[in-house]
Order: sequence, then structure tokens, then C-alpha cells
Amino acid sequence: MKKVLMKGNEALAEGALIAGCRGFFGYPITPSSEIAEYMARKLPKIGGAFIQAESELAAINMIYGGSSTGTRVMTASSGPGISLKQEGISFISDAELPCLIVNVSRGGPGLGGIQPSQADYFQATRGGGHGDYRIIVLAPSSSQEMMDLAILAFELADKYRTPVMIMAEGTLGNLMEPVIVREAVTEFPDKPWVTTGCVGRKPNVINTLHLSQEELEGRNRHLTEKYRMISENEKRAESFLLDDAEIVVVAFGLLARIIKKSVMEARKKGVKAGLIRPVTLWPFPDEHIQAVSRTARIILSVEINMGQMVEDIRLAAGGKIPVEFYGRIGFTPNPEEITRQLLFIAEREGLL
Amino acid sequence: MKTVFKKPESLTDAKFHYCPGCTHGIIHRLIAECLDELKIREQTIGICPVGCSVLAYEYFNCDMLEAAHGRAPAIATAMKRLLPDRYLFTYQGDGDLASIGMGEIVHASLRGEKITVIFVNNTLYGMTGGQMAPTTLLGQVTTTSPYGRSKDWEGYPAKMAELLAQNEGSAYICRTAVNDPPNVVKTKRAIKKALQTQARGLGFSMVEVLSTCPTNWGLSPVEAMKWVEENMIPYYPLGEFKVKEEK
Amino acid sequence: MARGRVIFSADRCKACGLCVEFCPKNILVFDDHTINVLGFHPVMLLQPDECTGCGICGLMCPDLVIQVERE
Repeated sequence: MKKVLMKGNEALAEGALIAGCRGFFGYPITPSSEIAEYMARKLPKIGGAFIQAESELAAINMIYGGSSTGTRVMTASSGPGISLKQEGISFISDAELPCLIVNVSRGGPGLGGIQPSQADYFQATRGGGHGDYRIIVLAPSSSQEMMDLAILAFELADKYRTPVMIMAEGTLGNLMEPVIVREAVTEFPDKPWVTTGCVGRKPNVINTLHLSQEELEGRNRHLTEKYRMISENEKRAESFLLDDAEIVVVAFGLLARIIKKSVMEARKKGVKAGLIRPVTLWPFPDEHIQAVSRTARIILSVEINMGQMVEDIRLAAGGKIPVEFYGRIGFTPNPEEITRQLLFIAEREGLL
Repeated sequence: MKTVFKKPESLTDAKFHYCPGCTHGIIHRLIAECLDELKIREQTIGICPVGCSVLAYEYFNCDMLEAAHGRAPAIATAMKRLLPDRYLFTYQGDGDLASIGMGEIVHASLRGEKITVIFVNNTLYGMTGGQMAPTTLLGQVTTTSPYGRSKDWEGYPAKMAELLAQNEGSAYICRTAVNDPPNVVKTKRAIKKALQTQARGLGFSMVEVLSTCPTNWGLSPVEAMKWVEENMIPYYPLGEFKVKEEK
Repeated sequence: MARGRVIFSADRCKACGLCVEFCPKNILVFDDHTINVLGFHPVMLLQPDECTGCGICGLMCPDLVIQVERE
């Protein structure tokens, strides 16, 4: 079992290679460029294809083509680049092409900044592109999870024929941590739908145009049924000190790891705090929220944005429990800041 | 008597939805004849654009992908890099290739992607009702240049064959027309040469085919063929602009 | 005696007139007595004996209407 000190971005890239990814098409953008650079070094040595595309727009369309060959392919970018990819993601979703799209998030809107951010939550989970579709969104919180979720992403993408996004804050992309390097994936599913030349079979067509009403509705119902199955089977979240928690923090990404410390410190000061860390942002782990809405007093959503995941929490809580929001922009708060917030709420609610 | 001309195997039996006299039908058939004659139908993947020929995936009897507007060269790039022994062709119109897709086509040519692009130039956007294209001629009236294209306001038309021939990555760039039988034969020859350029791994190949749009030009199919000869060929000269030889 | 023969899939013809225009023998016309399923007067061969089987009609036809045979 090899343990290697790895930067988050590189752990993700290595995880993709372990999962059999053999095509990377992307455009440099801070703070995701290390993924492209890692792939540029590694892919040619193992017979894979690395292309620095002329734009994020070209890159997502290279993904469309690359995935159609049956190869496991990926791209990586950050907020503004993911915005450019939205048309392509809509097309890829309708064409049911598996792939991995990585967003190492930076501040926005606009050119924003290069500080870490979680403000692409809406963009990731609410479609972003046009039409009725969903993509699976995974949120790692450690360099290990960057690797492990990359491997899982390709598995889910192939299993459901759907794009999967990994969204990580810029800080996690650059975080150096010891990572257990996993074994290479050796089994891959059959893909009879690929367009690789029609030797010995009828031609395959990959398209997203459905001009007849019946065909369009049929397509949409088929996709919706797929998303329902994903929702039923693939929700993932981590629970931390929830059993007797009165104040439940909900947070994702690297931020959630910091908040574990805040929760432990708050406990030392007599606050019964707990944490839900969604790992899948879509499908959102609403059952975790529903469970604590019966047992806890208040939910606090902490995010590096102006309030995005909090809306999903409120939807899941269904009015049964108050949901508050605490947000900062441009940096990951220190544990003490969140501990102070938990103490403040506990005092205010008479929980101490 | 023996059959000397029939539907190529690389076309399906589907009836083309194109307007009467639209040259898409001729060009589709020429590509299919080349795939048949080179015996590469089963190794070929075609990528169709947004435009009148968006439905080309129903007409070609090989693996086909429908692309987002302008992005076919990017899609073909990834596929050719991952499947280097297959034949990739894109089929694109004026807007797809020279407007929204300008970035993708230039970079595919710069990178010397070993793909074959068939560029159907009919000086306007057919499917959407006849708007101006980068290839609309100076003085030409379209629905979005109702007073005629002006060099001072809309600028000059794009000469894509000349533009891409400058790039070292381009291995075969040719402009032909399909307005009369000799030119149709020359177009087929050029398409075949482009595919053979791909087979030899020499680099990027493109055949720009001067084509008609009788419906949006407001002309009969026969008049439209004459319009190509009288108005398009003088501005868009026919010929081979780049021919890379093997060392 | 005709050196060539053409077979029409008349239901594909859109009466675009390209084959009529380019036939070197000028022996193709529209059949005014027939309307095909697409709503057009399809092409027909006026003088079959004159057909040389040159194939130019098939070459110019955008709709795969014409199959050509030759001795």
C-alpha cells in the first residue's frame, strides 16, 4: 500500500489514470492547471491522448467526441471555464455520454479572483446548461478523496451513461497530503453504443436532435427516469457526531473538514454540535437532512458563497426545522470562526 | 447492359429532406462514393453540423455524430487522436465553420489534425432563413444585410481555403464547385484526394465546395448553378491551395 | 438502339430540373401527367432510344432518383 505526498489536483489526475482515463482535453485556468499539466506529462507515456484545446468550449466538445469512442475521458477547469462548457454539458447529457468534468473552484462572478470558492454550487447542481438534465456532482474534502472520487466518478459515469462533475475548492486542489495510491481498475463495462466505425454491425448514431414531439418527450422521460434511479441509489454523505446533535452544521468540501474541528471545539464548550458533509451535491442527501430535522433544533449551512446549498437544505427540511446560513467569500474560515458562530447560536437558542 | 451509376452503399435509403436542387444531395453522394471506392465505410465516422445538413446522420450509412454548432473539428480531433486508424470527416456549412466555429477550424488546421473537412459554402445561412454569413459576397442582400453587404459595416467575406492553406498543419486544401458536371467530377476527385491525405497521415485536409441555396437566393436550381459561376467563382477561385507531398 | 438506360425512382424526384438542364441529348423532361408523392412532376425520359448512358443525369441529381445502365 503506497502512500505518496500529493497535491489535491495531482491526486485527482492520478485517480483518473488509475480508473483508466486515457483522454484529457482542457484549457489552463487557475487553480486547475496542475491537472492539465499532470496529464500532459503522464498520458503520452501510457498511450493516452492529451490535448490542450484552444478554449474550454473546444475542450468540452473534444470530450463529446472522445467519450463517443468509448474511452474514459475528462476535462478540468474553473468557474468561468465551466460557464463556457454549459452548452456542451447539455449536449453530453442528452447524448448520454460518460465523462468526468472537474471544477476546481475560484471566486466569481465574472473573472472574480483565484481564491477558493464554493459559489459554483448552483451552476453545478442546477443544470447550468439548457434543458431538463442533471449531472452527478461529487465534492471531495481531502487529497485522498480527490483520488477516490475520481475513480468513483468514472464508475458512475459509465454505469449511468452520464457526465459526472467533481467540484473542489481551489485550496483543496493545491493541498499536499499523504494519499494511499489505489490499485489500477482492470474491469470496464461494455459499450455497444460507441461510434468507432461500423465493422460487423449496423452504424451507430450519437445525436441530441429530437424534432418530433413524441421523440423529445420520450427522451426526456427516459433521462428523468435515469436521474430518479441515480437519486435512489447514489446519495452519499458523511455524518459526524449527529446522534445527539442540537445544532447541525451542513458543509461540503475542504471547508467541511475544517468545520469538524469547529464542531469538536464547540462540544468541548458544551454545545451539542454535529456535522453532515454531503459528498454527492447532486443527488443531494436530503434523507440525512430529513432525519436530523426530527431530532435537532437548528441547522446551520456554512458555505464559501452567499448562500447556495442552503436552499437545498431548506427544501429537504420542508419547514420542519429552522435553517440558517453563514458564509464567507474568498477564503476558508479558521475553525475558531465557526466555533464562535456555533457558541453564538447556542447561547441565543438557550442550548448551553 | 450493366449498371454504371447507382446509390452508393455509404448512403442509407432515406429520402433527403433538402430543397429541390440543393447541392447538399450531390455532395453527400460524392462523399459516399469515395467511402465506397476507398472501401472505408466501416472505418469511417462522420460528424454533421448545425444547419440544413444537421440530419446528415440519417443519410450516411456509417457511424455518425451530430455536433454542437461549429464544434465538429474539436469533436473530430479527440476521436482521431483516440482512434488514429479510423477516418474522420466533418461536414460543415458557412456559419458552422466560418462563424461560430472559426476558432475550432483554425486550430484543427494549426494542429495538423488528420481529419477531412467538407466545407459547403453557399454564401449564407440556409436553415435559419437566409441570413448573412462570413462568406456572403460584398453587395449581396440577405435578411440581415438587407442593403447589401458593405465593406465598411459588415467587412469583407472570409476566404477559408486561402486562410487555412497558410498553416503548416494543412496538408491538402482545395476549393471546388458543383455547378456543372465537370466541376462535380472535380469535387469528387478532391474529396477522394483529401481522404487519401488523411490515410497517408499528412495532416489536415479540407475541400471547400461552392454550393447553391436556391430557396434563399430566390432562384431556380438551374439559375442558382449559374449564379455560382457568375458571382462566386470570381471571388472564390477554384483550385488546390495546399498540397503537401510525402517526404 | 439505345446504348444506355435510366431507371427513375420517381417518388424521390423534386423536379429541380438539373438533370433536364445538363442532359447532353436534351431528352429528359418533366412528366406533366403525373404528380408524385412529394407533389412534383417527376422527370421522365422522352426519347429512350437516344440515351447513351453517359450518367450525367445521375451525376447532377441531388436526390438519388436516377440509376444508369450502359452496354
